Amino acid sequence: MATDTLKTSNAHQSPKAPGGSAVLRRVLLDNGALSALVVLVGVMSLMSGDFLTTQNLLNVGVQAAVTAILAFGVTFVIVSAGIDLSVGSVAALSATVLAWSATSQGLPVWLAVILAVGTGILCGLVSGALISFGKLPPFIATLAMLSIGRGLALVISQGSPIEIPESVARLGDTLGGWLPVPVIVMIAMGLITGAVLARTYSGRAMYAIGGNEEAARLSGIRVKRQKLVIYALSGGFAAIAGIVLASRLASAQPQAAVGYELDAIAAVVIGGASLSGGVGKASGTLIGALILAVLRNGLNLLSVSAFWQQVVIGVVIALAVLVDSLRRRA
Amino acid sequence: MSTQSATKPLSVKSASELLRMEGVRKTFPGVVALDGVDFDLRRGEVHVLLGENGAGKSTLIKMLSGAHRPDGGRILVDGSPVRIHGAQDAERLGIATIYQEFNLVPDLSVAENIFLGRQPRRLGLIDRKTMNARAAELLARVGVDVSPTDRVRELGIARLQMVEIAKALSLDARVLIMDEPTAVLTTEEVDKLFRIVRALRADGVGIVFITHHLEEIAALGDRVTVLRDGRSVTQVPAATEQDELVRLMVGRSIEQQYPRERTAPAAGTAAAVPLLKVEGLTRRGSFQDISFEVRAGEVVGLAGLVGAGRTEVVRAVFGADPYDSGTVRVLGKRLPGRDVNAAMDAGIGLVPEDRKGQGLVLDASVHENLGLVTLRRATRAGLVDRAGQRRAAARISEQLAVRMAGLDQRVRTLSGGNQQKVVIGKWLLADSKVLILDEPTRGIDVGAKVEIYQLINELTASGHAVLMISSDLPEVLGMSDRVLVMAQGRIAGELGAQEATQDAVMALAVKDIKGVTEDVKEMEGSRGH
Repeated sequence: MATDTLKTSNAHQSPKAPGGSAVLRRVLLDNGALSALVVLVGVMSLMSGDFLTTQNLLNVGVQAAVTAILAFGVTFVIVSAGIDLSVGSVAALSATVLAWSATSQGLPVWLAVILAVGTGILCGLVSGALISFGKLPPFIATLAMLSIGRGLALVISQGSPIEIPESVARLGDTLGGWLPVPVIVMIAMGLITGAVLARTYSGRAMYAIGGNEEAARLSGIRVKRQKLVIYALSGGFAAIAGIVLASRLASAQPQAAVGYELDAIAAVVIGGASLSGGVGKASGTLIGALILAVLRNGLNLLSVSAFWQQVVIGVVIALAVLVDSLRRRA
Repeated sequence: MSTQSATKPLSVKSASELLRMEGVRKTFPGVVALDGVDFDLRRGEVHVLLGENGAGKSTLIKMLSGAHRPDGGRILVDGSPVRIHGAQDAERLGIATIYQEFNLVPDLSVAENIFLGRQPRRLGLIDRKTMNARAAELLARVGVDVSPTDRVRELGIARLQMVEIAKALSLDARVLIMDEPTAVLTTEEVDKLFRIVRALRADGVGIVFITHHLEEIAALGDRVTVLRDGRSVTQVPAATEQDELVRLMVGRSIEQQYPRERTAPAAGTAAAVPLLKVEGLTRRGSFQDISFEVRAGEVVGLAGLVGAGRTEVVRAVFGADPYDSGTVRVLGKRLPGRDVNAAMDAGIGLVPEDRKGQGLVLDASVHENLGLVTLRRATRAGLVDRAGQRRAAARISEQLAVRMAGLDQRVRTLSGGNQQKVVIGKWLLADSKVLILDEPTRGIDVGAKVEIYQLINELTASGHAVLMISSDLPEVLGMSDRVLVMAQGRIAGELGAQEATQDAVMALAVKDIKGVTEDVKEMEGSRGH
């Protein structure tokens, strides 16, 4: 199942959909992260009989969803040679705003959702403005937003979880009794990310800015304005990830998603993007997020302690990027 | 021109000789930077190195400081051959270099900079007392009013230079190389520098002095070696007439490799329309009162020495950098300052000096780069017409004969000439009426150069205008219909195609514009550091 979704989203990215086995082999060789995912799925299937079941693979999808949606947003930022450390906090803040406005203030759910996504976008705009106009390094601006976002979430919720409306909680359910909604949202956001990167003015500008900001500026790309768009997108995606997370937890928790920004960045980088900018794809980011989810899921099935899981995940991140950089040099 | 005869026989060796270079060669990929240079330096003399931009002066001094290794020839210090493979070797031999860009750490103290990496130590810890005392001695010897504990960041440019000299003295330098030390100094500061240099000379230090200011040569120098096209063409006494020095610097004929097809401008027709009109453009510290116009069908050359402010002016015209006063008009319409998009929309295109750093997204493909300027135009409702962009890229790369494996090849892997065609191509796709080319042929091979010249001809024939900066004099003279010469941030003069000779251009380029200079230099001094 997981590989099926992969293929469809991959087909969207490149005009050549994998057809014969020769094509498939080339796709795997060209894409280190995809090969790693295939190998990982193979190993996990061999080691645990419970891994390769529809139910478990859907679980992996659900577990990957929040990280993947955050990572799609961060992809825009990393492609343009920036960094966004605030997405975990912004996700928690947006979910808190949703729950607070709908549950505590009694606003209609649709309005609460708009407010939540608006909050994420606003956070991104503030980071973007600090970077574009305040000339702060992205690391610093989004580090500040990481703290501000988390703090505001705690202020609004007064430190305790807030229940979310019934209709939002249903986002954590399945469609037709088997297809989890978070997986659908993840795929939809992935398609949007792919389209934005490949087809829109802003997407193409991201690659140019990340590749050579001065050349982009001298070619008439309005770099400052585009940076606002980039960080606003990242904030908006974080808000959606926050809502998905809240739906799974059935409440908005101000302390949720702590450290998720690092998983998101790891997913983007494992997926082949370069932190120095100019390179990165939605399909790669999806694969990166799936690799992290498969690892966690598989190690759980194998009863590896949570402590060792962290070690293994660290090693995999280092290996994935190392192999990719060696392959590029060759 | 029989300049070879002036070269002194190599075998004559003086007892006071410190340094000798014989037949030194250096090639970089695709370029011969030095092609058999002879040079010698005696104790207690100031030996001036003179030459145009690109004549090989910098490469020569980098051989002595250990930054480059020669490919051929030899270097002798005190009569014995030496290898200078790094800064340590140069230091050991007593050779110190003061570059135009200072090698100082802004946030450390003056004393720490002077003794960087060689701080006096006691029990493994830096002995600040000794260090500061020794620095004070050196600073006193240089005669500069700076405290050893001052932070370098807070010093003006003249004092930075004095600190560099103190640092050189701390190394017991016997050979001091100074690369255009007066370029950033005011007249008073230059006088002070000269006093120090004369004192060092009296102490027996041998000084290699690079300058573009001819009047400084007679004032300070003893001998002059003239470099041209990577060769040492002659050695003359410093008292040589300035006109003669200019002739020696540029003394070559323009070969017929600049196929400018000059179309006689018919009066009152499109050819006479001023496309670009710049009036009184000024940015304090960079350029002053720049006025010129560029008419349809015309190539205007912008000549001058490196640092004369040419690039700064064209970047301001294009809106890439701000200016303080003055106007830029395209077809009579005034452009707002510091707005690249307004300049682009009005029809100006800039092919920047630094192709890789400013012109291209190196890791993006040929067609991505070609489509950069037209990206906005190709966007409808946020979506880019990528198929259309690709077709346009295919068309222009064929027209410009870009040699590539395909449109998806990364531009990093193209040759310099083909990279430059891509930069020009993106502006052609945007149909820029006025194309500003900043050093368009630097570092590209002869074949590609000629293709770019042909392209300039085609552009002007179809009513476009070209403003071309070039430090390659024969190129400027060969391709321009008019030549503007800049010196020290001002336009020193304008020459028509007939009157523009190498001598005339060089004479204007080294012209000292009194009064203005002080102001400009002072402002430059307060910038950056």
